Amino acid sequence: MKLFKTLGLGLLASALTIGGAAAQEKTVKIATEGAYAPWNFTGAGGKLEGFEIDLANDLCGRMKVKCEIVAQDWDGIIPALNAKKYDAIMAGMNITDKRLEVINFSLPYAATPHGFGVMKDSPLAKLAGTGTTVSFEKDSEGAKKAIEAWKPLLKGKTVGVQGSTVNSQFLETYLKDTIEIREYKTTEQHDLDLTAGRIDAIFAGHGALKATQEKPEFKDMVVAGTGMRGGLLGRGVAVGMRKDDAELKKGFDEAIQAAIKDGTIKRLSEKWFKIDATPQV
Amino acid sequence: MDFAFMRDAFLTLIGGVPLTLNLAFMAVGLGAILAMLLALMRMSGLKVLDWPAQAYVFVFRGTPLLVQIFLIYYGLGQFRPTLQEWGLWVFFREPYWCAVFALTLNTAAYASEIIRGGLQSVPYNQVEAARACGMSGILLFRRVIFPIAVRQALPAYGSEIILMVKATSLASIITMMEVTGLAAKLISQTFRAVEVFIVAGLIYLILNFIITRIIMAIEWWLSPHLRRPPAVEPRLEAAHV
Amino acid sequence: MQQLSYFELVGFGPNGWGWALLTAAGMTIAVAICGFLAGSVVGTLVAWGKIGGNLVIRSLADGYTTVLRGIPDLLVIYLFYFGGSAALGAIGSLFGADGFIGVPAFVTGALAIGIISGAYQAEVFRGAYQVVSRGEIEAARSVGMHRWLMFRRIIAPQVLRYAIPGLGNTWQLVLKESALISVTGLVELLRQSHIAAGSTRRPFDFYLTAAVLYLLITWVSTYLFQRAETHSMRGMRRAS
Repeated sequence: MKLFKTLGLGLLASALTIGGAAAQEKTVKIATEGAYAPWNFTGAGGKLEGFEIDLANDLCGRMKVKCEIVAQDWDGIIPALNAKKYDAIMAGMNITDKRLEVINFSLPYAATPHGFGVMKDSPLAKLAGTGTTVSFEKDSEGAKKAIEAWKPLLKGKTVGVQGSTVNSQFLETYLKDTIEIREYKTTEQHDLDLTAGRIDAIFAGHGALKATQEKPEFKDMVVAGTGMRGGLLGRGVAVGMRKDDAELKKGFDEAIQAAIKDGTIKRLSEKWFKIDATPQV
Repeated sequence: MDFAFMRDAFLTLIGGVPLTLNLAFMAVGLGAILAMLLALMRMSGLKVLDWPAQAYVFVFRGTPLLVQIFLIYYGLGQFRPTLQEWGLWVFFREPYWCAVFALTLNTAAYASEIIRGGLQSVPYNQVEAARACGMSGILLFRRVIFPIAVRQALPAYGSEIILMVKATSLASIITMMEVTGLAAKLISQTFRAVEVFIVAGLIYLILNFIITRIIMAIEWWLSPHLRRPPAVEPRLEAAHV
Repeated sequence: MQQLSYFELVGFGPNGWGWALLTAAGMTIAVAICGFLAGSVVGTLVAWGKIGGNLVIRSLADGYTTVLRGIPDLLVIYLFYFGGSAALGAIGSLFGADGFIGVPAFVTGALAIGIISGAYQAEVFRGAYQVVSRGEIEAARSVGMHRWLMFRRIIAPQVLRYAIPGLGNTWQLVLKESALISVTGLVELLRQSHIAAGSTRRPFDFYLTAAVLYLLITWVSTYLFQRAETHSMRGMRRAS
């Protein structure tokens, strides 16, 4: 048993040294998903790319810290943050009340409406409200009416959505009895199943839908129905952090404000989304 | 640890048990038929039959089940036009059937080896004795070879069934809402990974415990010749162990 | 963007994923070997507990193997990934560390595989130990060998010899289990194929390539285990 004690202490000691060394260098470890184009995705050869990768590097420059970006499955991205696998999340994550119960958020750095993606020849392409947007914050009644207007066409259809997202919560809350909801691990997977014809539509952020349309296999995909903002869909995409990390939040908040002010976010979002995704204050 | 939360989690996850068992038993049932076929091919002594069966077993035992599931679900999606032409798309369109298909193909590879082992363990003198009594063909198989082989293969087949119940958890990755799928969903709503996974693990343990007991009971029922006569053995409860 | 041919896709050119896949296959092998070795340590301890332990240790060891063999490996990996790290973080802050004890995905993965395969290896070792003849152990005792020397000279070499076929099976299991580690974010073969499939929308090509690489690894390692088996049995051949 003596052997185990020595071993255990040795392991602990080495773990502590690693922890200590990391603290000295001031490295911020940021998790992203690596499968949510154009926010963050993995390019040829396995390199991380996207809006959030560019933005993270920019923000870290402003904060004068070294950043390490790691890929992490969306499913466990919040528990792993609280398990101290990394310090921050930048993965197209919206601020919601539910998430605020367990983690903290910076100020939002981007915001896009959410809606359906369908194939051009699908009857769903004529979904009510295509081309318009409505916000739960500003016009809650109008938003609910818009959802009602979808229902006749959506009845009995299968809709793919990424699990554990504001999008899946939105469908669960408003359309549970109208459609069959199928939850996927990544948006890339529901995109594959949309082209494979296993599902009739996908529900995602407009930024992600735009990026999907860019791919040759999806040139026949269109964005359908009213674009939705606010409410369950959250108050914009922000950096997620542990609740006790006040210093890091301050750093990110200041860096994001500066990046909004000097137009970096507008420039980056137009580069990646083809729309201006700067959050409206 | 929050026990009230864990009780609620248990009640939520238990809703996935029917699908878990459904997937496991569909796969084991269909897999057994395919496995029997493969075992007979392996034992036929004909190279044209033996070789494909060997290759099949090698491929399906040599690759991770998760790869097989992805290959069947997402991989075949790439060939939708062809599959539609062949009228097979109705089948591959459904994640349920893709999961059953992948699990069936996988378990058949393992089970065929178990069945082959069982069939080969039938002592030759028993077959000779049966022949001497004038049995042959189906009667010989039904009365002598099959019962002995089943008895031999049952413990290993029991483990295979347990492995299949465990393997159904991978179906959660292709949108099936069985126990693990529900667990992942619950975590996304509550962000309490450890508690939910402990509860899910507990459910699988209970399921597998029950299945093990059932298989042990069948084993006991199939091997009366190994039991001691109750009159000689006073400690009756020992017979159940 | 024109459709790339299969060989361009998995090749080593500018648009090819060849190097990424090979590196990932190396990662698969590395994590499987580390996990297997960790499992050998766990397995030996558990087998020892089952054979020589008192009632408490024995039931603990039995409980361990029953639980680990009764719940899906995917759950064990998830549990280990989230629970293990949180536990380590808690221990760390107890000692005043700044909380961030980063456990790399590789280490978590290897340990999780070790914990799972340990349960299987324990049974293999226990079975092999039971084949070692009682007479040899008694003979070793009678010439005055003490426990450790006896373990090193008599028990370990023979147990290892009888355990090789069983260990070969466990290794195959470990290799396939390593694919599940992909859920924790470690970029091994399956995760890399998954990433490539999502990014290129050519799932069939990449999963098929992954399957072939897994088969290749299986095939080579089966051969190596067979070699090891013949090697370890070389003294036994005359007897049979």
